[in-house]
Amino acid sequence: MADHLPTLLFAEHDDASLNPVTARALTAALALGAPVHVLVVGENARPAAEAAAKLAGVAQVLLADGPAYAHRRAEPVAALGVALAGQYGAIAAPSTAFGKSVLPRIAALIDVMQVSDVVAVIAPDTFERPTYAGNAIQRVRATDATKVLTIRTAGFAPATEGGSAPIQPVDEAGAFAGSRFVGEEIATSARPELTAARIIVSGGRAIGSAENFHSVVEPLADALGAAVGASRAAVDAGYAPNDWQVGQTGKVVAPDLYVALGISGAIQHLAGMKDSKVIVAVNKDEEAPIFQVADFGLVGDLFQIVPELTAEIAKAKG
Amino acid sequence: MKILVPVKRVVDANVKIRVRPDGSGVELANVKMAMNPFDEIAVEEALRLKEAGKASEVVAVSIGPVKTDETIRTALAMGADRGIWVKTDEAGIEPLTVAKLLKKIVEAEGPGLVILGKQAIDDDCNQTGQMLAALLGWPQATFASKVEIGEKTIAVTREIDGGLQTLDLDLPAVLTTDLRLNEPRYASLPNIMKAKKKPIEEKPAAELGVDLAPRLQLLSTTEPAGRTAGIKVGSPAELVDHLKKAGVL
Ligand SMILES: Cc1cc2nc3c(=O)[nH]c(=O)nc-3n(C[C@H](O)[C@H](O)[C@H](O)COP(=O)(O)OP(=O)(O)OC[C@H]3O[C@@H](n4cnc5c(N)ncnc54)[C@H](O)[C@@H]3O)c2cc1C
Ligand SMILES: Nc1ncnc2c1ncn2[C@@H]1O[C@H](COP(=O)(O)O)[C@@H](O)[C@H]1O
Repeated sequence: MADHLPTLLFAEHDDASLNPVTARALTAALALGAPVHVLVVGENARPAAEAAAKLAGVAQVLLADGPAYAHRRAEPVAALGVALAGQYGAIAAPSTAFGKSVLPRIAALIDVMQVSDVVAVIAPDTFERPTYAGNAIQRVRATDATKVLTIRTAGFAPATEGGSAPIQPVDEAGAFAGSRFVGEEIATSARPELTAARIIVSGGRAIGSAENFHSVVEPLADALGAAVGASRAAVDAGYAPNDWQVGQTGKVVAPDLYVALGISGAIQHLAGMKDSKVIVAVNKDEEAPIFQVADFGLVGDLFQIVPELTAEIAKAKG
Repeated sequence: MKILVPVKRVVDANVKIRVRPDGSGVELANVKMAMNPFDEIAVEEALRLKEAGKASEVVAVSIGPVKTDETIRTALAMGADRGIWVKTDEAGIEPLTVAKLLKKIVEAEGPGLVILGKQAIDDDCNQTGQMLAALLGWPQATFASKVEIGEKTIAVTREIDGGLQTLDLDLPAVLTTDLRLNEPRYASLPNIMKAKKKPIEEKPAAELGVDLAPRLQLLSTTEPAGRTAGIKVGSPAELVDHLKKAGVL
């Protein structure tokens, strides 16, 4: 019976370190009730594997390390997943750019319909997932013997540390010559990462320029120790980088505090942040839909309010 | 080179959907429908490649029940050359099944490139393109924000967590579009008229030799827990007091 088999969880990492969303996805994977093996795939990825081995509840870490897996291109990583699939009752990954690219490829090759963006595990074969930008929650039973799941991590608490799982090397599962890595532009920032942050400050179209993001939004984020996010309009206009986009088709976050500056509150934006614990909105239009989800609203010009707020926060933390 | 663009008919992005009170699904009667916005971006990119002399023909394909041809017609009005309508009895065919049906169309048409949307804004699955690439054994580039096509390869810049990544893929290949790839054109009135004469080939899904039975059993559809509007505060100082009391500072 497939549901006696262990669960394979893909780690999200950059070889050198483990991304905190992995610990959240682990909580979802453990809820399936079977032992969880964490697969770390990459090149020179032992540090990430060692970090994964420390997570409480991990039965085993599998390390697939080699040049074929550099930059985790979807095709060779999926081939590895397919080679391992027969030993597992479920295959899961966090809903990141990596997980979203790789898991459907595995699902198709083992003839399984994937359940995307799981927000609740009801039973080992029954899950809840949002559709229509989070406006309708579907409860589905997956009838395929093997479950393939991507996990929306914002709603799962991170598994704690304290484990010491063995690290098992796994063999390469065939190279793929049809695609090549050319280059990457990855921003490094001293700020917390959006999907892991306890506090997020996001700016919308009203911020008006990239320069204003630096001079208005970022000082408030720094005073709060927060990550910075943005609406689609701000990203499309080039005020903020693409990976700051929060929403239905960007990142989904649920921090303790979300501060929306000059964001109207379109359903596609709300889809990405409405599960935050406390929401604050600053908007000059008192009718803006964002106020319908905000716990605390400040009506007025953000260019006047935000510097004052930044000073007040600094004073409060003093 | 021929480019195939799968386009999906979905509830318009501006419509606030309603969940049926009996939990059976989302109310779709008398709701405004439109082409999935990411698919408009896919059609636009295909048209630009054709206009740049890199492609010879743009074929739009959609899988769905009655009225799905309206969505194909929209692609034709934007400038696609012809359409293929894979007719089903119902909407909501699962991505795995869609990918299998698209594979049949790819085998019949032999395109050099398939461009899909990264995500359909109704099911929010984000699966179909990756599944199609897997079934074909082709390379994939999801979340494309820039495309440069060569003789036998295509360089694709992708929006990933943390920034941008560029991959070089051998053709034929599968791409999925992200928001920043381009801004889709509006169909002009003359082009809407012209589109009425462009051919749409109909293929009953049942004749393509693919099992259409769903793998996910839909048990219920519910509205998410709502949030209620909070309070308006008078000043930043007052806000900070509230945030302290809420324990989030
Ligand atoms: C397929 C699709 C996917 C999408 N995905 C996303 C997504 O993932 N994330 C996302 O965010 N959006 C997404 N959108 C876009 C979404 O529909 C909205 O267009 C977008 O969120 C609007 O961004 P905004 O609130 O910054 O801009 P606007 O709607 O233009 O709002 C600007 C706000 O700023 C206020 N304002 C102006 N000046 C000031 C000032 N000086 N001080 C204070 N307030 C001021 C205005 O009152 C207004 O409320 C998507 C749309 C589609 C069709
Ligand atoms: N029924 C369909 N007909 C044509 N294309 C589809 C259909 N369903 C999905 N697609 C394509 O697959 C993409 C991703 O859809 P999904 O995996 O459902 O999020 C869409 O943007 C379309 O390009």
